[in-house]
This record gives sequence, structure tokens and C-alpha cells, in this order.
Amino acid sequence: MSRQKIVVVGNGMVGHHFVEALANSGAAVDITVIGEEPRPAYDRVHLSDVFAGRAPEALALADRDTYKSWGVEAHFGDPVVTIERNKQEVVTGLGRRFAYDKLVLATGSYPFVPPVPGHEHKRCLTYRTIDDLGEIKARAKDSNIGVVVGGGLLGLECANALQNLGLETHVVEFAPGLMGVQLDEGGSRMLRRKIEALGVTIHTSKNTKNIGKGDNCALKMEFADDSELETDMIVFSAGIRPRDNLARDFDLAVGERGGIVVDSRLLTTDQNIYCIGESALYEGRIYGLVAPGYRMAEAVASQIAGGVASFTGADMSTKLKLLGVDVGSIGDAHGRTPGSISFVFSDEREEVYKRIVTSGDGKTLLGAVLVGDCSGYDSLLQYHLNAIELPAEPQGLIAPTAGEAPTLGVAALPATATVCSCHNVTKGDIVGAIDGGGCSLEEVKSATKASTGCGGCSAMLKNLVDDELAARGVAVDKSICEHFPYTRQELYHLARVGEIKTFAAMAGAHGKGRGCDVCKPAIASIMASLWNEHILETPHVGLQDTNDTFMANMQKDGTYSIVPRVAGGEITPQKLIVLGQVAQKYDLYTKITGGQRVDLFGARLEQLPEIWRALVDAGFETGHAYGKALRTVKSCVGSTWCRYGVQDSVGMAIFIENRYKGLRAPHKIKSAVSGCTRECAEAQSKDFGVIATENGWNLYVCGNGGMKPRHADLFATDLDDQTLVQYIDRFLMFYIRTADRLQRTSTWMDNLEGGIDYLREVVIEDSLGIAAELESQMELIVGTYQCEWKTTLDDPEKLKRFRSFVNSDEADSNVVFVKEREQIRPAKPEERLRLVSAGN
Amino acid sequence: MTAVEKIHWQSICTRDDLVPGSGVCAMVGQQQIALFYLPEEDQQVYALSNRDPIGGANVLSRGIVGDVGGRLVVASPLYKQHFDLASGRCLEEDNVSVEVYEVRLDGNNVLIKH
Ligand code: SRM
Ligand SMILES: Cc1cc2nc3c(=O)[nH]c(=O)nc-3n(C[C@H](O)[C@H](O)[C@H](O)COP(=O)(O)OP(=O)(O)OC[C@H]3O[C@@H](n4cnc5c(N)ncnc54)[C@H](O)[C@@H]3O)c2cc1C
Ligand code: SF4
Ligand code: FES
Repeated sequence: MSRQKIVVVGNGMVGHHFVEALANSGAAVDITVIGEEPRPAYDRVHLSDVFAGRAPEALALADRDTYKSWGVEAHFGDPVVTIERNKQEVVTGLGRRFAYDKLVLATGSYPFVPPVPGHEHKRCLTYRTIDDLGEIKARAKDSNIGVVVGGGLLGLECANALQNLGLETHVVEFAPGLMGVQLDEGGSRMLRRKIEALGVTIHTSKNTKNIGKGDNCALKMEFADDSELETDMIVFSAGIRPRDNLARDFDLAVGERGGIVVDSRLLTTDQNIYCIGESALYEGRIYGLVAPGYRMAEAVASQIAGGVASFTGADMSTKLKLLGVDVGSIGDAHGRTPGSISFVFSDEREEVYKRIVTSGDGKTLLGAVLVGDCSGYDSLLQYHLNAIELPAEPQGLIAPTAGEAPTLGVAALPATATVCSCHNVTKGDIVGAIDGGGCSLEEVKSATKASTGCGGCSAMLKNLVDDELAARGVAVDKSICEHFPYTRQELYHLARVGEIKTFAAMAGAHGKGRGCDVCKPAIASIMASLWNEHILETPHVGLQDTNDTFMANMQKDGTYSIVPRVAGGEITPQKLIVLGQVAQKYDLYTKITGGQRVDLFGARLEQLPEIWRALVDAGFETGHAYGKALRTVKSCVGSTWCRYGVQDSVGMAIFIENRYKGLRAPHKIKSAVSGCTRECAEAQSKDFGVIATENGWNLYVCGNGGMKPRHADLFATDLDDQTLVQYIDRFLMFYIRTADRLQRTSTWMDNLEGGIDYLREVVIEDSLGIAAELESQMELIVGTYQCEWKTTLDDPEKLKRFRSFVNSDEADSNVVFVKEREQIRPAKPEERLRLVSAGN
Repeated sequence: MTAVEKIHWQSICTRDDLVPGSGVCAMVGQQQIALFYLPEEDQQVYALSNRDPIGGANVLSRGIVGDVGGRLVVASPLYKQHFDLASGRCLEEDNVSVEVYEVRLDGNNVLIKH
């Protein structure tokens, strides 16, 4: 038999999944992909991550080289416009022709824009593609207010994006509630409450009848009830419509309200044409999620490769985080099944709503709605998907009980249980991967693809893998190094409980050997976090990294840089002058840092005490730029000067910086305080960030710039000063207690089981009963603060180490500077040779 | 060769100049020598050239000392490679090593063979 020619129209998520499945099936086929978008398939589901800082390129699912290596011919940026069914050929916009034996339509859908007069205005946009993203970003630049039309899943996601872009955000919804498809009325109401608390204004039961020119903004929306709303831009997200025009034009059956009709083999009314993904209409239904689309793609790939797989519908359960609010919807969320009964739990104070829908006998779970707390989602989904018999009192699954909520342990799941619905991976597949030699989460992920889609299953996957590995007696070695068979967390605990205050005592009690450059600084840091003794006290001195030992940052040539603390970035002219004078006197290279302070470079070891003497005398303190410790708390100018500021951000930043200065931690800690939502201090990229609101402060946690930027999570809103500080105290101490060595808060959070919800339970609700202890530990650190440099200057014993040579006052001849832009810099090797041989 | 090299033990500093469990640097002629003082070991003092051959700066005396697989080492403060205190060998890079010097304590005096 000759090779079958397969042509795929559309290179979206589902079209790509199909190509991948078929290309890897070994079938004798020649595949051609034709995509209208200018780039290969990308991850549409995570589109909004781009607003949170992810590069659009990082969303790519496919690239041209991979297609080439699979032998797939791919054309992008040229849509198919004609299907000549009798000739079995398609024609593209540029007139290219491709013959097929089987044609697969994966054309997806487009955002529905209601035909309101004025909707063509250039400030009216949609949100579906990478190109759309670019336009939204560009428009947002000269906008203050943004409206999203549509309060469904995508609309709210889009509202999140607009908020991230700093706009005053409104959602306009036609129906009386939000997310009507996935949520019942109670859930929808709770969601609204929570979203409004985040500063998004929701307008429901609004029918837009005209979009005209605004008086204060670019646009004015007029509604059927005669109310109006002014805005600078509008994004339509009022539902999707299948792209079925090829089917309409070339006489394939389409549904009454659109969608290309397919049977369970995914065949259209032409036996050589399949349709998959969001353009397919199966049993009167469009499946607007990736997982069902992937099932369709796999079924068709299997048929073409000679198999018989079919599609019989798919589960539409979803778990999402919308504007930081957890939302889950499973099966029959509205309780529409005849005879079904519902159990509802609603807590307006904590803003949690949960509902489960069971069969009349209470034995099977038909559906569920979760708003504000999705911790039970995984268990509930498994009850639902695998028809596992519910406990006798099913309400226990959602009611907050005194003890542990009864969750369904991973061990109890049948092998057929789906763990990852995006990639259709069952528990059996995962166990198989482990039996096949996978012995870490990463290996199981790459062998099965589980948890590489929407990520919704990641917590469950981790539990399952840990559980299976433990059952096989695989001990995962988490020892910090060869000297201590413990993790950093365990060492911290041992030191705290055993009141161990020195490395020697620690090694004697729990370690072996002499220690090394891994465990010594880690334990020194634990000692500092716990007991806060001066890092250069005799028992600690040999443990520190060179930067801590000399309380300065070593540069490439062995000289040091000096960073005095400038709390909140606020500095008097007099102090600036002193910095200038000191730098001038010692001829130090001077630079404004990224942390709102000044760095003086090029000091030799023996000069450090003299320089610090001058700085301390002028009122400066050490900035801990060298330590795994609190670094800077950046500020914006805030309400004192700025016309938009709503609180005194500088005052708060200085207060915070002074409170936590000297606090040593598993890694460095950075913070910032902004005076309003414009966020000029970039607080959302910090380990903890504070943004002023009309009513107080919003606290964000676990952000990161650096190598792998992470947008901070909104942790709590509208806090008063005292509560803010209380939460930060607890948060920081909990991090210090439980993080790994050299783990920033961002990676700590990414690895924290239960994530932000769990952290809130611990910090806000005190679920572990340790809040008081965390606070008093912080009080101890705050109360025992000393400027390490000041203390050192007063102690001749400590100063002894600040000599380049114990037996000579010479300077290190290897340190050679040249001038550039009127300041010194280390000479390059060739320059140094020249200068040194010329007698300097 | 007729010239006989004159090697002798030279006093460079006192025990009080050393820092237990850590390093300091001494100047011997034009040579910078890192001295590590490990009072608990049989050989209490070790001496290496202070120059980190990988980072190209004179900093080894400012590294952390410890042991790796039973060998006493110092970790360079620049890029963390380990150098064996007894042999001068770099553990990470086969063909890199630093000069080792013979040292001993004589009462309160630190003597080096030079
Ligand atoms: C001086 C400064 C650059 C500048 O000229 O502006 C700087 C200099 C260094 N940074 Fe930085 N970082 C400086 C601001 C930043 C910022 C911006 C900020 O804080 O707003 C970031 C990104 C924000 C963040 O950390 O989330 C930053 C992310 C890093 C990272 C990556 C951390 C990460 O989590 O990925 C490292 C490497 C590390 O810590 O492991 C690093 C490490 C370093 C080291 C320690 C590298 C080294 O080992 O020598 C540099 C020390 C220089 C010195 O001798 O003082 N520096 N560094 C800035 C000092 C700020 C201050 O006043 O203390
Ligand atoms: C912002 C956003 C968030 C989402 N979040 C989630 C989520 O959390 N979970 C979830 O399950 N789903 C989510 N979805 C839905 C999910 O993205 C879709 O279900 C999925 O992309 C459908 O895949 P598809 O291949 O059918 O369609 P698409 O991904 O839309 O791909 C269709 C492709 O075909 C191309 N095309 C159309 N006509 C032609 C033609 N004539 N010739 C050539 N090419 C053509 C289109 O340009 C497009 O590139 C989200 C969608 C968006 C927009
Ligand atoms: S970005 Fe890199 S080179 Fe620049 S200061 Fe930070 S660590 Fe040094
Ligand atoms: S369920 Fe989406 S990645 Fe597993």
C-alpha cells in the first residue's frame, strides 16, 4: 500500500497534538500541516502568563525543526480557503494546492463579538492569539480603564490580564452571574464577591446597545437599561464560535448554532474528512477545553494508523485560578440530573463556597462547585470520574471538620483512575513508568507527559509518585551533603529543638567529618536565624562564605564592594555627600544599584575597616548585600509627593527594612512597597511586596526577579499596619523554618504542598498553631539586631582578620586598576601584564 | 649542577596570627601563601599558594575549609572549586593544581620551608 497523504488544516493546540500522535505512531503517512497563524502551535491555555512576564516564545508547543525531524511538511501564515472535495485537494489563500487521502480540520474557534454598533472601533479587541496579546499590551499603554465584555472563564482570565497591566478593570456580563456555565448561583455569587474585593468592578445583567465616543475616556458604552460606562479599551470575551466556514462553504453538515458535525469516529459527513478540537460538534456539543480536543486527536490518529479508537464525549471538569481565586467545577455543577441531591457549604466570612451534587442515594458524586478553596478538588474529581462510592456522610467532603477533612488518598485510587486529564494519563500509566525505572517526579513526567498540560494535576501527581516510590522502599536522598544525613529543614529543627548553638555541637550530635563549604554556611545561617549571634563570633567565623566573613562582596580580582544600607532608598543630601567623599578618598568605583542604593567597588581587604569607620561615623549601617539575609526594601515616593499615592509607601518601606534588617534566611530576601496600584516599586517581583490601597495594604508573597522571574501571589488585602507586619513576621519565619538551602521564596512556594492556600492557612488562620512561636522568634531577631560592621570595628580580635597579609602591610600586587569613564575598573589580563611589567 | 639550593625553615608569623578552622595569608618573599590552621588535625597547619589558578585572583586563604570524601580541602571563594590541602590538586579539574608548601609549628612560631 502506498503512503497515505494526510493534510491537517489548523495548527492550534489540538491540530498539533494530532500531528504529534500520528507522526509518532509509525503509520505509513505523509503529513502536511497548514496553519493560518504565522507561527507553529503554542500553548493558548497559558496565554495570560505572558502578562505575568513569561516570554511568548516560551509558550511554543512545536517548532519547525521538530516538524522537519518528524518528516512533517508545515506551512504557516497561509490559511486554507477552498476544499475541492471531488478532487480531494485543498487550496490556500496564496493558491498553493495540497492533495489528501484524509483531511483533518482542526480550525478551532474565534471569539464572539456581539454586533453592537461601534464594536469595530480600534480600541475594541479580542483575546485568543499571541497577536491579540501584543495588541492588548500596546493599547493598555495609553489606557487607564479597561472593560472586558463577558464574565465567563475566558473573560475573567482576561480581566486578570488587564489588572496585571495596571488598568482599572471592569467586567460587563449579559447574564445575571459570572461563569454561568461552570458555576451554580451560590458559587457565582461568592466568586463575584471575591473578585470585587480585588478591585475589579463587575456589572451583571448588562446588555450593551452602543459603543460611542466617551467624554473623559476614549469610549463610552451605553447599556439597554440606559446606564453608561466610560472606558479606554474593550476586550470582547463573550464566548467562542467554532470556525466552521470551510464546512459551510463546501457542504459539510454544521450544527444549528455552528460547529462541524462529527460522529464518534470524528468523521464529518464526508468520509475522507475528519474534524477535531473546538470546531467539532459532537452530539450537539462543542468541547471548549484542551483535554477533550486531545482525546479527539488521539482517536483520529489511531484510526488512521489502523486502529479503531473512537470519541464518546469527555469530562468537562475544570480547576482554575482566576484573579488569584480558586475555582473548581466538576460534572453536573448545577444539580440538573433528575433526582439528584445537593449539599452546600457557604462561609461568607472566609469567602468559601462549596457544593456537591450526588445521586439520590448519596452514593455517587455527580458534580461539584468549589469557590475560594479548591483543596478538595482532586479527591472529588476522582470520586466522580471513577464512580467511587462516597462515604456515608458525603457532606463531610466539604464541611470543615474539627480534624482532617477526609481526602481520598492516592493509594485508594484504582489503576484506571485518570490522574492527568490533559494527557489522559492514568494511575496505571504512572505506576508503569515507575516500574519501568522512573525514580523521580521529573522522570515520570517526561515518560508519561502527566502534568505537562494545564498543570492542574501536579499536586496529585507528586503525591502519587512519592507514595509509589515510598512503597517501593526508594529512599530519596535529600541529605544536604556528605557530612549530615539531613535536609536543611531537618537541621533547622534539630538545632531549634536541641538548642544547638555551634557548628561543632551540631557536627558532634548529628554529623560526621569536618564539614564543607555546603554544610558550614548553611548551618551558620541556621544559627543566625535562630540565635542571631554576631557572625564573626569565634565559633562561627570559619563557617561563613567569604562575603560574610569580610562583610563585603568579593569581586573577580579579589577586591570587595561595599553597600551601606539606605532603607527604603531614602537618603539625605548630607549622607550622599559622605558616600561621595569616601568613594573619592579611597578611589572607589561608584554605581547606583538595582536595589535603590549605592555600591562602592574596588576596596582591598585591609581597607574595609577604615572605610567602614568613616561610613559608620556618618550614621551608615551595613546593607547585608553580602548575606543570605534581608537585602533591600525598595519604595516609590508614595502619597507624600505623588499625586496618585494613597499611603506613605516610603515610611512603610523604611519601617519594614529596619525591622527585618539583619535577618538571615535560607537565601536572600527582597521587598518593596508601592504607594498605589501603578506599582512603581515593583513589589510584585519581590519575596514579599506591599502595595497601598485606599483601605490599607495588599500583601504579595513569593515573587522573584532574577534567573526565573515569578510574579508574586496576592496573599491578603486591605491590611492595617499591624496586621501587615504580623503576617510578614509569620511568613518570613515560616519560610526560614521550612525552606531548603539556597531556596528563594519563589521556588519554596512552587514546591510547597498545598501552595498559597496552605500558606494562608498557616499564616492567617494559624492552622498549625505556631503563629505565636513564629512571632516571638521574629521579636528575638528584631530585638537582638546589631550593625555587624559597627560591632566589628569595636573589637580588635575581629579586626585581626582584615589584613591582606599577617606578616606584611603590602598591598596585593595582583590588584591593578585602569580608568574608564573617569572611574577605576579591574585591569584585563593583557592590560595587567603591560602595566605590571612596565613597573606599574 | 654544582649550585646547592639553600632550603631552610623560615619563621613567618605566630600561632596567634592564624584563625582556627580557617585561613590567612602570609607574604614570603614575593610569594603569597595561604595558611590554614586546623588545630584538631594531626598536621595542624597547611600551606598552599594563595592564587586561585581558575579565578586568577589571590584569594584561596579566604575560602572555606572542610573535607570531601575524606580529603582535607579548601573551596575557592570565587567559583567554589576544591583544592586538596595536602597535594594542592583541584578536585574538579584534573590538570589544575596549586603549589604546596611544607609548614610546621614550633611552639608559638609558624615555620615554612622555603
Ligand atoms: C550590585 C547589584 C547590581 C547593580 O549594580 O545594580 C547586584 C550584584 C550582584 N548580584 Fe544581584 N545585584 C543587584 C540587584 C539585583 C536585583 C534587582 C533588585 O534587587 O531589585 C536582582 C533581581 C531581583 C531578585 O533577586 O529577585 C538580582 C538578582 C541576582 C541573582 C538571581 C537571584 C535569583 O533568585 O534568581 C543573583 C544570584 C544569586 O543570588 O544566587 C545575584 C547575585 C549578585 C552578586 C552577588 C553576584 C556575585 O556573586 O558577585 C552580585 C554582587 C555584586 C556586589 O559585589 O555588590 N543577583 N540582583 C544589585 C545590588 C542591589 C543592592 O542594592 O543590594
Ligand atoms: C485565554 C484562553 C485561556 C484558556 N484556558 C483554558 C484552560 O484553562 N483549560 C482548557 O482546557 N482550555 C482553555 N482554553 C481553551 C483552549 O485553548 C482551546 O480549547 C484549544 O486551544 C482548542 O484547540 P484547537 O486546536 O481546537 O483550536 P485552536 O487552538 O484555536 O487552533 C485552531 C488553529 O487553526 C487555525 N485556523 C483556523 N482556520 C484555519 C484555516 N482555514 N486554515 C488554516 N488554519 C486555520 C487558527 O488560526 C488556529 O491557529 C483557553 C483559551 C484561551 C483563548
Ligand atoms: S546581573 Fe549578573 S553581572 Fe550583573 S550584577 Fe547581577 S550578577 Fe553581576
Ligand atoms: S490535568 Fe492538565 S496537565 Fe494534567
